[in-house]
Amino acid sequence: MDKMTQLLKLLEKTDTIELHEFKLDIDELELQLMPLVQRAVQKQAEVITKKLIPSQPFELPVHDYPGEVAEVQLGAGTRKPILLGGQKALYRFEEPQPNPPVVTFDVFDIPMPGLPRPIREHFSDVMDHPGDWAKKAVKDFGANMVTIHLIGTGPKVMDKTPRQAAADIEEVLQAVDVPLVIGGSGDPKKDPKVLEAAAAAAEGERCLLASANLDLDYRKVAKAAMDYNHAVLSWAITDINMQKTLNKYLMKEGLTKEDIVMDPTTCALGYGIEFSIDVITRTRLAALKGDKDLQMPMSSGTTNAWGSREAWMKKDEWGPTDYRGPIWEIFTGLTMMLCGVDIFMMLHPSSVQLLSEIGSTFTKEYLETDVPNISNWITELGV
Amino acid sequence: MQVTAMDIYRLLPQTNCEICGEASCMAFATKLSEKETQIELCTELESDQLEKLESLLAPAVREITFGTGDKTATLGGDEVLYRYELTYYNQTPLVIDVSDNMDDKAFQDRVKTIEEVEFERTGEKLRLDAIALRNASGSKEKFAETAGKLKKSKLPLVLCSMDPEAMKAALEVVGDEKPLLYAATENNLEDMANLAIQYECPITLFVNNDLEKMKELSRTLRAKGIKDIVLDPSTYVGNGIGDTIDNFVMIRRLAVEENDEDFRFPIIGVPAVTWLYEKDDVQGGIKEATIAATLMNKYADILIVHGTNIWELIPMLTLRQSLYTDPRKPQAVDPGLYEFGEVDENSPVLLTTNFALTYYTVEGDLKSGKANCYLLVLDTEGRAVDVSIAGNQFNGKSVTDIIKHSKIEDKVKTRTLIVPGLAASISGEIEDESGWEVLVGPRDSSAVADFLLKLKNKG
Ligand code: B12
Ligand code: SF4
Repeated sequence: MDKMTQLLKLLEKTDTIELHEFKLDIDELELQLMPLVQRAVQKQAEVITKKLIPSQPFELPVHDYPGEVAEVQLGAGTRKPILLGGQKALYRFEEPQPNPPVVTFDVFDIPMPGLPRPIREHFSDVMDHPGDWAKKAVKDFGANMVTIHLIGTGPKVMDKTPRQAAADIEEVLQAVDVPLVIGGSGDPKKDPKVLEAAAAAAEGERCLLASANLDLDYRKVAKAAMDYNHAVLSWAITDINMQKTLNKYLMKEGLTKEDIVMDPTTCALGYGIEFSIDVITRTRLAALKGDKDLQMPMSSGTTNAWGSREAWMKKDEWGPTDYRGPIWEIFTGLTMMLCGVDIFMMLHPSSVQLLSEIGSTFTKEYLETDVPNISNWITELGV
Repeated sequence: MQVTAMDIYRLLPQTNCEICGEASCMAFATKLSEKETQIELCTELESDQLEKLESLLAPAVREITFGTGDKTATLGGDEVLYRYELTYYNQTPLVIDVSDNMDDKAFQDRVKTIEEVEFERTGEKLRLDAIALRNASGSKEKFAETAGKLKKSKLPLVLCSMDPEAMKAALEVVGDEKPLLYAATENNLEDMANLAIQYECPITLFVNNDLEKMKELSRTLRAKGIKDIVLDPSTYVGNGIGDTIDNFVMIRRLAVEENDEDFRFPIIGVPAVTWLYEKDDVQGGIKEATIAATLMNKYADILIVHGTNIWELIPMLTLRQSLYTDPRKPQAVDPGLYEFGEVDENSPVLLTTNFALTYYTVEGDLKSGKANCYLLVLDTEGRAVDVSIAGNQFNGKSVTDIIKHSKIEDKVKTRTLIVPGLAASISGEIEDESGWEVLVGPRDSSAVADFLLKLKNKG
């Protein structure tokens, strides 16, 4: 037996402990001793009535926030407008948020053979035409918005020209009347040119241009947004200072808080989601505390979830990917939503639905919903 | 509400007698404030000073353990509202229910399933933590009898019944195992409280969506001297989830920020109620998991779940592991040279980083693929492959260093290094600096065993 197990054995029947000249790595001790020591201490009193310090009367723990989140409008011209953000508080019991979280369906300008099967299943008949794809997302799956990713413009993908990208945008604009997010291919040299052409094609429609970041010519993206009335997605990689810097730069170019949505980066469930939780929480708290450089609504690239092997990898011991994939997307998006994210880029219809259901409660008042008495769950639940 | 070493020092004897093993009372106080030692190690404290210190050091949320011996689960213990401020303590125990009206075979199968769930992630074996026995039959004899069967189980127990008679009957059988009692309500409070006291068990307080009432009843329990209380403000699925989130958040805020003694307890969530409305195995499972994720994110310290499908549990176990990682520590494994299978001087040499997720993913793939190879694990301060390339911890120089330090050149004849597909962009740099030839492997390590096999067959 090692030292630790010996000690634990000794302690099992002990109520008080005295340790003499005892040396052990304290971290290890802390971890394993905690419950035992607690138990020794927590012996509950016999039936007695204790004098308690008089209690404070019950009050809702509501905070005062000096700052608020800007409200950003997406969609204008021939689009039905949607508002993002506008929160004056962290939780709805303090003040319900004015606008519910919004989901935007991912659509691509090329057929995307690499999409996971549970997604392809829903869209395989429309993948050749981004317009049809967008229409299906809106009509059949109730998308609030559509994100058109111009992946085909990537030099290593199909190297489509900015003009071809503009034509794809026109096709999607014709097909649906929801607001659009317009995404590039991720190529830092080409994206600004592609986004500029796309912005011109969608003049006056108030799309969200995705994205401006410090690795590319963000000035060009900002200018395109101002020239043709669009908003800009400001993307930093899980770094609140980088986010602040980029927002400042964009505002120096002439954009206002009402023209910017932030993407602090969504690391998927199991792939660093805790980094995103921390950054997004801190960003929203900073906004409410009054940091004017961080008071924009936030966006999540929730589809990153499909990159996790638990979402896509065939493995019988883990059960069917048909369920794992959507759940991975829900967990990732939901976690971001509970930290304050306002708009979600997603792929799977059933994930979208469940996320929206929970998100829709954020605009309601506390205690205004009829709730059942569920105290009978112990007897009523099936086996 | 971080306690300083000075706050603690004031309550210590200040004699520097060193019995605690520290050179001075101040040193001991410093360790206490960092939770690196136990107050019991100072044997020189008067009992009232001890009590004051205990309450000063108690976490904002009480830490509660149920079960005995090696069958225990611990919950609560948190100090902060947001994990980045410190860390969250005690992973949310995941408890699965069984009912007392199942036929014996089905019952034993379900218990076995619960006990055997295991999912390995980043070198950790993730498992379920306890079993909740529901008094679904309404019969106290049945409840007690079924509780008795669970004595053999490996997991600690939550006893679920709102009927004090049934609870008493079950406690007569398993009371010595210190189960968590679920639940005291406004209607049965006296009787349930007395059972909790008599059997020294932690007890849940269930209140239907009314925190003011919860405060009053929590006080009543506390006035009886009960210290281990778990709060259940009701879990609602559907539109009611909004109220549930609000209640959970408010309870935690009252504990951490207002120091409200009536709310300084762990919170229990019951995603299992999803199945009151959902009958479909798949839809129900996805919804239940969604509720579980919501509550775990917003302060649930323990959860009762009904579904046992592995695809439903894996995401819950993963989310829990992520939420409870310590933001103060990098998630890293020791860098250096690792061996897989049978190795000799002709074995291939692979390279990866020491980020725990990366290392264990690669390790898992090498093991399941029965690969025979060396693996060099580069110190990237716990960063993934492309993260460390972007951050410049993974470059020609650091790779050259690890080749030298690991003395791999004495072990193998080959001078070919197989790098992750994502490291293709720096392969030239590695070749120039190290003098080794670089072979770019697949992007995802799931393909690495196949890759090695093909390589072997080729040459
Ligand atoms: C989580 C994350 C972070 C976390 C870090 C987590 C960590 N401990 O590493 C944080 C927030 C800290 C972070 C920081 C940064 N990040 Co980051 N981050 C990610 C993210 C979302 C996931 C990374 C991850 O966990 N992958 C999972 C692990 C298991 O993958 P892996 O290590 O690559 O291992 C796999 C393969 O490589 C392969 N493999 C591994 N070993 C081997 C060995 C062999 C022999 C073979 C054959 C295969 C193989 O199999 C493994 C399993 O699939 C990625 C985006 C993404 N989805 O990938 C961006 C990403 C990697 N980050 C990026 C960047 C730019 C950064 C920053 C530089 C940002 C900045 N400017 O500050 C910093 C760098 C910090 C530093 N190094 O100093 C970029 C990199 C772009 C690029 N390729 O150049 C990415 C791709 C995001 C993006 N699209 O822009 N990041
Ligand atoms: S045992 Fe107590 S009194 Fe003695 S040095 Fe330690 S803290 Fe001080």
